[in-house]
Amino acid sequence: MAEDLVRLVDFLPQLGDGLLVTVQLALGGALGSFAIALLLGLAMVAPTRWLAVPARIVVEFFRGTSLLVQLFWLFYVLPLLGAELDPLMCGILALALNYGAYSAEVVRSSVMHVEPGQWEAALALSLTPARRMFRVILPQAWALMIPSLATLQIQLLKGTAVASFLTLQDLNERIDILRQDTGDTLFSYSVGFLLYFVLAWLIQVTMDLLEALAKRRLGRDPSDAGFVGRLVAGAGTSAGAGEADAPGTAEPAVAKGGAR
Amino acid sequence: MPEPAVPEPAVPEPAVPEPSVAEPSRPEPSTGAAPALEFRDVEKRFGRNTVLSGLNFTVRPGERVTLIGPSGSGKTTILRLIMTLETLSEGYIYVGGQPLTHEERNGKRVALPGRRVRETTKRIGMVFQHFNLFPNMTVLDNLVEAPVHVLGMSREAAAEKARGLLDRVGLAEKADAHPTRLSGGQQQRVAIARALAMDPEILLLDEVTSALDPELVGDVLQVLRDIAAETDITMLIVTHEMQFARDVSQRVMMFDQGAILEDGTPEEIFTRPREARTQRFLSAVLE
Amino acid sequence: MLWSWDFAAEALPLLLRGFGNTLIATAGGTALAVVLGLLLAVLLRVLPRWIRWLLRLLVAVVRNTPLIMQLVFVWTLFSTSEALIGVPALVVGTLVIGVHYATYMSESYRAGIDAVPPGQWEAISALSLPPVRAFRSVVLPQALRATVPSLGNYAIAMFKDTPFLIAIGVGELVWSAQSFGGRSFAYTEAFTLAGLIFLAASYPTSLAVRRLEKSLASY
Repeated sequence: MAEDLVRLVDFLPQLGDGLLVTVQLALGGALGSFAIALLLGLAMVAPTRWLAVPARIVVEFFRGTSLLVQLFWLFYVLPLLGAELDPLMCGILALALNYGAYSAEVVRSSVMHVEPGQWEAALALSLTPARRMFRVILPQAWALMIPSLATLQIQLLKGTAVASFLTLQDLNERIDILRQDTGDTLFSYSVGFLLYFVLAWLIQVTMDLLEALAKRRLGRDPSDAGFVGRLVAGAGTSAGAGEADAPGTAEPAVAKGGAR
Repeated sequence: MPEPAVPEPAVPEPAVPEPSVAEPSRPEPSTGAAPALEFRDVEKRFGRNTVLSGLNFTVRPGERVTLIGPSGSGKTTILRLIMTLETLSEGYIYVGGQPLTHEERNGKRVALPGRRVRETTKRIGMVFQHFNLFPNMTVLDNLVEAPVHVLGMSREAAAEKARGLLDRVGLAEKADAHPTRLSGGQQQRVAIARALAMDPEILLLDEVTSALDPELVGDVLQVLRDIAAETDITMLIVTHEMQFARDVSQRVMMFDQGAILEDGTPEEIFTRPREARTQRFLSAVLE
Repeated sequence: MLWSWDFAAEALPLLLRGFGNTLIATAGGTALAVVLGLLLAVLLRVLPRWIRWLLRLLVAVVRNTPLIMQLVFVWTLFSTSEALIGVPALVVGTLVIGVHYATYMSESYRAGIDAVPPGQWEAISALSLPPVRAFRSVVLPQALRATVPSLGNYAIAMFKDTPFLIAIGVGELVWSAQSFGGRSFAYTEAFTLAGLIFLAASYPTSLAVRRLEKSLASY
């Protein structure tokens, strides 16, 4: 065990390099998937079939074919068509397309779940369709979509391990090298599982924070958005309490039918 | 299909003879100012269910009309059609003489593009049963959003106007508050101010007190009474508050099964209704 | 020439043979996950608190770390253990993918059990039904109705994850495509066909699950 630890310390720079590759894949994939999700998700709720149907086909295509098939297609087939990507870009693109398609469904469903009254009020004020979507509906849908997006982002993190199929030296690959170094499978992989677990936890905490902030902006109780939410709620209620004491708040607040 | 002897594209005669009950509001083609609102042969179906059919009526500028009738009689649908929250199945609606969503071109019914529809709807305001304030904006931003982005007002002018309106509904100190922090009655008063911020020619009030606790209804109705007294906005009101309807409106239309059953002054409808069904409805809501 | 029908025709039988292993892994993995998931959900209810805590941590680790890494880890353990060295990669892969998805399915079962109305639990104690019998004949049937579509969705997700079994050398569909591509350089045909086979199998299945979801929701 002590020997393993010494080896591990020597191995730390390499492990750091691997971690960097994994984080690059995860972050690039996250940003790419979010952009794709927004694009396809909004196209799917477009009033015209000319947008909605092609978007739906693209989403079903990338959801229906496996991540690894998409990755290999980009890695092996794209160069034959004259477009060569470096392995890191290839990985990021495959992750962004695959998880972007899943996230697009989340975006679509969240937009559809914003209360109909909000659509109607925006229409009654004669806001343009773009203004309606980006100023009224999306900010509210955002709070709805974060929990599902968090799950998908963690799936994406796990998916970054496909990088080893692209000859990339990501965290997964480095752990395999550590195992060969130490000859201790259990030790090496425990280190690997722990590191991925921490990364996943960081994603969850970040998304919880985003959710709590989004809920607070909508005037809702953020305390059910994990423990981060309770922290944000703690900061929020002190400000809210002062406001409730303000003059003119004698009327009891109605929960039902309010601007939810 | 009408066969006009002289081409008269501006205001064609209604294709269907008007029901006699609509007597006081018969459209007067080619004379006088355009009516604030005109329904011509309006039909609305939801699937196989016809909610409104062969509906014809006009509303004069500045007139306050209360629509009453049992639930499902189509009165809320009328407001929603005017606000374009529902699509018209057949017929036409004119606002100040301009077609709203469809117009007749060479004898064909043609849908108007969204941009043109919005040119008309921005002259119409609506207040909803459930307020529908935008929770992602402050109270003030709720009032400023549309004047700036639809009417092209400057932010400063819109904000100043919004503060004036909030003062008018008694909520000046709530400008920077979050809508969800307000009581239902306060939210509804903000919603009224939001509709007024657009300087509407027509205001649609859809059961605006139905979702409120009884003790909060009074303030909201008082705000509406003040607005009715101080402005000449045309109003269409769907409500169960019969005393309010009586105080504010000059005209009451009784709907039943998607058609106008009776149309007259509040005095006529509330004290000596002609139809037995109106009597029955009124005694049920007034008991 | 971007596409050769000759290569496609040559690749197809090989791909379908690989697809056999894909289906075996999916079926075996699903069967394992459905049973183990339920077992986990029940254990997480009845075990003493500290074991429950440990089990929950284990489940969290399995859910939050890459399946590929888990596959290689278990495969290495097997191939370095004298007792287990002969176990084929397909079996090991099926086991790992089954356990991985069991941790997800246990969550679906838990949600389904939680969704059983409190009145039912009260009725159970009012009738003083023995716990096992009450669970089997009252709670489980109601919980399953809410759970089945979710299990279906996980089975489809598992199906699309089976190519990760390449990491331990299982000759499934995508491995077949890759090896055919490596020999003939007909990567276009091989991977396009592989994708289409996945799509042809998963899309109708997910439509069926969605329909099931709707019909169960309308009860």
